[in-house]
Amino acid sequence: MNCFSKSYLKSLPRDIRLKQRYRAEKRFRAYGYTAIGIGVFFLTALLWSIFSQGYTAFWQTSITLPVKLDVAVIDPQNRRDKNPQILITANYPVLIRNALAEKLGIAIDDYIGLRELNHMISPSAGIKLRKMVLDNPQIIGSTQSLTVLAGADIDSAFKGKINLTVSEISRKISNRQIKWMYKLAAEGSLYKAFNTGLFIFASSSRPETSGLGVALIGSFYMILIVLMFSLPIGVATAIYLEEYARKNRFTDLIEININNLAAVPSIVFGLLGVSVFINFFGLPRSSSLVGGLVLTLMTLPIIIIATRSALRAVPISIRSAALGVGASKIQMVFQHVLPLAAPGILTGTVIGLTRALGETAPLLLIGMVAFIANYPRTLMDPATALPVQIYMWANESERAFIERTSGAIIVLLMFLAVINTIAVLLRRRFEQHR
Amino acid sequence: MSSELKIKMCGLDVKVSYGKKRALHGITLNILENKVTALIGPSGCGKSTFLRCLNRMNDTIEGALVTGKILLDEEDIYDSSVDVVELRARVGMVFQKPNPFPKSVYENVAYGPRIHGLAKSRVALNEIVEQSLVKAGLFSEVKDRLHDVGTSLSGGQQQRLCIARAIAVSPEVILMDEPCSALDPIATAKIEELIDDLRRNYTIAIVTHSMQQAARVSQFTAMFHLGNLVEVGTTDTIFTSPQERRTQDYITGRFG
Repeated sequence: MNCFSKSYLKSLPRDIRLKQRYRAEKRFRAYGYTAIGIGVFFLTALLWSIFSQGYTAFWQTSITLPVKLDVAVIDPQNRRDKNPQILITANYPVLIRNALAEKLGIAIDDYIGLRELNHMISPSAGIKLRKMVLDNPQIIGSTQSLTVLAGADIDSAFKGKINLTVSEISRKISNRQIKWMYKLAAEGSLYKAFNTGLFIFASSSRPETSGLGVALIGSFYMILIVLMFSLPIGVATAIYLEEYARKNRFTDLIEININNLAAVPSIVFGLLGVSVFINFFGLPRSSSLVGGLVLTLMTLPIIIIATRSALRAVPISIRSAALGVGASKIQMVFQHVLPLAAPGILTGTVIGLTRALGETAPLLLIGMVAFIANYPRTLMDPATALPVQIYMWANESERAFIERTSGAIIVLLMFLAVINTIAVLLRRRFEQHR
Repeated sequence: MSSELKIKMCGLDVKVSYGKKRALHGITLNILENKVTALIGPSGCGKSTFLRCLNRMNDTIEGALVTGKILLDEEDIYDSSVDVVELRARVGMVFQKPNPFPKSVYENVAYGPRIHGLAKSRVALNEIVEQSLVKAGLFSEVKDRLHDVGTSLSGGQQQRLCIARAIAVSPEVILMDEPCSALDPIATAKIEELIDDLRRNYTIAIVTHSMQQAARVSQFTAMFHLGNLVEVGTTDTIFTSPQERRTQDYITGRFG
């Protein structure tokens, strides 16, 4: 067949520029491959840099020690029955330090050594031990096995994030600390464990005890608010504009404005949020409610535009068919047009939601960039969001925050991937029903 | 032909314009009960526009303006007291391209009766669906695949499904806008037979581009040209001894 057409074409007297046309096609394909190649390269570079820096954030160095709950340290005058304050104010860090000193064989009068030991343990350890004792005061006097977090510098050093070959004075941990660290690791008391704290802990000035807890809750609240408000309002607006509104100057004006709103820089929405929701309506600053409402405003135009084009793409024959058997307009819209437009609406919603989830600038303006140590219980409580937490950690000077910043980016990317996967699955379901 | 002819629908000086463009220049035409009336004429002559006036489908087109009167059983359907949803339940429509809903065969037929509340029970609804499919000559072909999606049927089956869907709401009049133009000759023949059957219970108006089809299925024929009604009469008269030169030219294929 091919052979035949070739000889047939050769016999043609005229030049129909076949060679040039095929060459143009090849060239175009080459441009395409180049573009995709560049894209893939940068994406890989980006992901590689994030993952190679961030994966260590999911592991945290911990130390397990037998701690002797010495009555002489906790309650030397034996007054804890009369004064419950004693158990709260007792010097727990010393107990842990002594346990470590005993394990490593450090003399009790080696003050420099003891100070260096103190730095190997996170200050959160004392709090953990206090809670343990307060929960069960009977254990005073006994020896308990306790797992505590290592200090941030030890953690970084153990993960290989600190260059240990430079001279001692220009690095953050001493030669002795390094020796102790390896000794403990060899004994199995110092090890890396999965970092649940990254997902649970709230803000903290110490890297080892800071986590995304508040940011995750804040982001979750805001996504809920955005979904709750922008989906029904956006779809209703689009249905009205597309199916009911008469075409005139006024609706044209609305249409132009909605299209322009989608292009407004997000920081402007933040300003709007400050002046309307916080100053005018008096809603609390830094709250997930205000953040969610601001993100709703940003998401609305995206959902409206996507829904309108999805509605417009429903073939007119389906509308005629519905009206032809006597469906009312609202039956036509809700029973025939809307189900067919659902996949398109879903896509628009997911694009809007993921954009809202990754948005930082407007949240900075409404005060969601804050050091928040408690979980937000309600929508009115101060909270942060994932991207804002990333922004704040990126500004921290301590070394251990670098990996946490990348770790938080990984968590955010996972969040987005989950939302997108759900959307793809839902979309496939909708399309099966056609 | 029976001697007592009753006028089912009647257009009186119907004028239609889309924006500034006038599409119909005053059409007066009767549609007789239990007869098939064919509307013929070259493309753009206004026959589809007239047909769409009969169940007010033109209402859905922005900028369409209809004046004059259209009577259904002596009641003006453009009167403000007439509900357009009720009108379309009485005057059904079959479109040029088969347009089943992207739902099951059963749901396609059941949709009309369901929204109008015609069936009191599930059994009654099943009965309506089956009867409509039988009347549309489709039941034997689809009885095992009632829950397949309507769009999976062949083109001819889809069009008969659309006819079944129209019949299911028990209309008095069925309007057909070139129902066979997207179908092959075998499917066309089936639909033509069906139209002849349906005539006993329904009044039918059909727009067609095929002279043979008009001759085969209709008892009355109206010839349109450039938004005017050129001539109307029994199909026999129009095809054997037309009064107008333009009709003669069109049916013999000299223009259009």
